[in-house]
Amino acid sequence: MSLRGKVAVVGVAEADLGEVGPGFTPLDLIGQATLRALEDSGLDKSDVDGLFSASAYYHLPTLSVGEYLGIRPRYSDATSMGGSSFVSHLLHAAAAIDAGLCEVALISYGSTQRSGGGRLVTGSETDPYEAPYNPRYPVSMYALAASRHMHEYGTTREQLAEVAVAAREWAKLNPKAFMREDLTVEDVLSSRMVSSPLSVRDCCLVTDGGGAAIVTSAEGARDLEVTPVYLLGAGEAHWHRSISQMPDLTVSAAVESGPRAYAMAGVGPEDVDVAMLYDAFTINTVLFLEDLGFCEKGEGGAFVSGGRISPGGELAVNTSGGGLSYNHPGMYGLLLIVEAVRQLRGESGDRQVENPNIALVHGNGGVLSSQVTALLGSERAL
Amino acid sequence: MNSGDSEPPAEVYRRYLESGGLGFQRCAGCGAAVFYPRVLCPVCGESGLTWESSSGLGVVYATTAVYRWEGDPYNVVLVDLEEGFRMMSRVEGVSAERVEVGASVMLRVDREGDDPSPVFVLRGEGP
Repeated sequence: MSLRGKVAVVGVAEADLGEVGPGFTPLDLIGQATLRALEDSGLDKSDVDGLFSASAYYHLPTLSVGEYLGIRPRYSDATSMGGSSFVSHLLHAAAAIDAGLCEVALISYGSTQRSGGGRLVTGSETDPYEAPYNPRYPVSMYALAASRHMHEYGTTREQLAEVAVAAREWAKLNPKAFMREDLTVEDVLSSRMVSSPLSVRDCCLVTDGGGAAIVTSAEGARDLEVTPVYLLGAGEAHWHRSISQMPDLTVSAAVESGPRAYAMAGVGPEDVDVAMLYDAFTINTVLFLEDLGFCEKGEGGAFVSGGRISPGGELAVNTSGGGLSYNHPGMYGLLLIVEAVRQLRGESGDRQVENPNIALVHGNGGVLSSQVTALLGSERAL
Repeated sequence: MNSGDSEPPAEVYRRYLESGGLGFQRCAGCGAAVFYPRVLCPVCGESGLTWESSSGLGVVYATTAVYRWEGDPYNVVLVDLEEGFRMMSRVEGVSAERVEVGASVMLRVDREGDDPSPVFVLRGEGP
């Protein structure tokens, strides 16, 4: 039994993004995004009977969200594995809806980390076998992975910088992107080093923000006045929590989550029209392009070079501007879904990819720890 | 009340360090080297883990220099020990940016902090 095409995303929205100012709470942002996503879908708050959320602020996130919004769900899922959680929620919502456990699922997230102090808010515990060495969480862990990729495959800082530049070129086309000024490879290379080989421009933004997505059965979606975006397939995988336990720092568990998602969807990387790859750091995009089959292992650096993932390039990647230039509110996975849905509906304005039918959404969580891949499709892709 | 046949793995590990050594576990079932210490083998699931002392010889698997607003950067590495396990540590006695992937290193237990902690120094070309 497959979940292919069983559910559709019928509403998406962002909360206010960037720097919302002091006083707003993460739940306020979830409230904003939920109102907008419900309006987008044409559904009413009273239709929502499934809640999905994860948070670094709320220990029992779906309880807090349900209370704030005044929703009493009959199905609740607070799966928490970092930034990928929300892509996971999409799969879990599909399973719950298909099993009849709920009909309308709300996936939501909010963070006020920038207004609240300008640093990543994380509930992450320290690993007692890593803490004595003071790695800066999480950038040093990704830096270690980058150092290994450079050693094994000759990947260069210039190639990593190309990822940041491509993200910026997309961000320039997105009025909601946080950073839209010109950015060159040289700018990235000469920016402040944080944890070598990653400079500050190799790192995602620290912004406020949030989002919401409404998911319902394909049948239910057809009764609404929206363009449904179907879940074609999804897969999850995780192999480690701490970077010192990652078996091979050049290979993420996306080599399992990807094929699981492709198999359910009945498509391969060659069918993907637009890819949203969780770019917490520049090395992520390189690793996920390799691990998800867009190029061979070790060729990611070359793949991203020369504007090939920029607007007008061979593969449209992170068309919002990504976590690097658009928005990164601590956990970014839900905003990947928002952008993929908008692309498939043809609502992405200046950055719209021409007639996409299949979007790949890839969430990453922890320190390259959890990997969740989903394939979304238009009616034509069904 | 515990199962009676063992002390906490983290305490055994600490005893090794206090005596100047680096302890790790070996699985009696599949032979895997296990680190960090635990009560079962994460490879095969066997509970029969025995303690061994590492030679302390290893190779840098990955490295980063962590920059601060003030002061020199410090390094953080992952080291592959010759017995087949990996751990996070730092390489001392060399500037942070000079530590390279593939460098041969050997253990030195740092006793300066509250808790002894395993760090590494570069191994020379000759004796």
